[in-house]
Amino acid sequence: MTPRELFFWADAVVAVLTAGMVLLHRNAVVCALSLVMHLCTVAVFFVLLDATFLGVVQVIVYAGAIMVLFLFVIMLLDPKGEGVTGRMGNIQLFVTLGAALLLVAGILRILPALAVTNAGGGAAVPEGFGAIRGIGEALFSTYLLPFELASVLLLVAMIGALFMGKKEIVE
Amino acid sequence: MTDLLLGPGPIGAVVKALVVLGVVMGIVGPMVWAERRIAGWIQNRQGPNRVGPFGLLQPLADGIKFIFKEPMAPEGAHVPLYVLAPALSFTAALSTFAVIPFADRFAAFGHEIWPIVADLDIGILWVFAVASLGVYAIVLAGWSSNNKYAMLGGLRSSAQMISYELSLTVSVVGVLMVAGSLRLTDIVTSQANGLWNVITQPLGFLVFITSAFAETNRLPFDLPEAEPELVAGYHTEYSSMKFLMFYMAEYANVVLSACMITLLFFGGWHLPFTANLLAGAAPIVAGLVGIGIFLAKVFFFLFVYIWVRWTLPRFRYDQLMSLGWKGMLPLAVANLVWTAGLILWKLA
Repeated sequence: MTPRELFFWADAVVAVLTAGMVLLHRNAVVCALSLVMHLCTVAVFFVLLDATFLGVVQVIVYAGAIMVLFLFVIMLLDPKGEGVTGRMGNIQLFVTLGAALLLVAGILRILPALAVTNAGGGAAVPEGFGAIRGIGEALFSTYLLPFELASVLLLVAMIGALFMGKKEIVE
Repeated sequence: MTDLLLGPGPIGAVVKALVVLGVVMGIVGPMVWAERRIAGWIQNRQGPNRVGPFGLLQPLADGIKFIFKEPMAPEGAHVPLYVLAPALSFTAALSTFAVIPFADRFAAFGHEIWPIVADLDIGILWVFAVASLGVYAIVLAGWSSNNKYAMLGGLRSSAQMISYELSLTVSVVGVLMVAGSLRLTDIVTSQANGLWNVITQPLGFLVFITSAFAETNRLPFDLPEAEPELVAGYHTEYSSMKFLMFYMAEYANVVLSACMITLLFFGGWHLPFTANLLAGAAPIVAGLVGIGIFLAKVFFFLFVYIWVRWTLPRFRYDQLMSLGWKGMLPLAVANLVWTAGLILWKLA
């Protein structure tokens, strides 16, 4: 086993465990923290795939910024013992199981295709792959329109949140 | 042998990590002493002067006291997270030093020595990523302590650190544009001609140092632990070694900020006249002089940190937020536009 594979399997075990914790733990704060941990393990996957920049950005954006706000909200609301029970709980259970089954079926469907592309250890990593220069050039040339549209969408969402959060508009 | 110990390989990295750890912890202890002595000097009193010559052994005595104190957790605390928080804070603070270069590469004993643990090509992003994880330590400490003062401190801190992280990162983009790289050694090399970034981007430097003060929770931005209103904020319920870990992490973060200010804006291990003086010197002498210059600059900024602490009063919370969002962020963007214009003008 090469060091890379060793890291992969160690990371994969932690990733699955933390993902399970997000769903199964009863304490919402611990769930949020498990998600942070899980996002960090995904960052390690990026690094193992030679996309160091994406890995670090994953930590900065998701683990460092977004999840802190999640935790902030969870701590302010303090949802103690507010589970869904009774009939709604049963419906939720069935929906969850159905979604899980669909997901497994989808994975099984694409698995043969993945196995083919991975035969022979995959293609060699090109020079400068995953570096910030390449990503920047792709974003500002090939994918300029989607990139700008996404930024406008985020701006609209931000202004909308600001508008709805304001209690009264002062003329 | 020395190649194995000090080269870029895994064993060399472990050895250098231990050396850097020693250096950082070696600065943190005396810094606590220096802070109290300088505080005494500024306030026209003595400061600690009983333990050892000039009170120099005071940090050691404090450390021993912390170790022998009884560790305890408050009633109703979430114990696993209560214990995790200080460890996380300490780990995050020290991990950032992995990408800090102390000098340029130099040859010694027939080998090339890299005075840096890991010369990542995204070094500065690593610092931001790990530092942003440090926020969790404070938030968790506040939440898990089961204390309303701690909770308020934790919430304040998360809001404060996220707000100022924004202007901190935007103010650095100007420096990255000039260097054309995210590697910290490249950023220093781009200032080797004596034109330090503080000269070309004074606005960026101002925003960076202000945001860095806010990120390290030092006065005038120490609202997460503001004593008059929050007792001691997020670490109200902490004692013994757990408190010491928060304490050391805070000072390690201050040392990190001083290192970052030196590397990004003050030319790292360069001085305008040393390049000519050292041209004929042995490589090992040049390397050691470089480390000396770097540390001298870092010590100066550590002094600035202490100096500011006893000069400026604490901000009110709404003032802090409005300064961050309405003051620092626009200034950081203005610096970005200014630097872009400067680069275009020089290229044309």
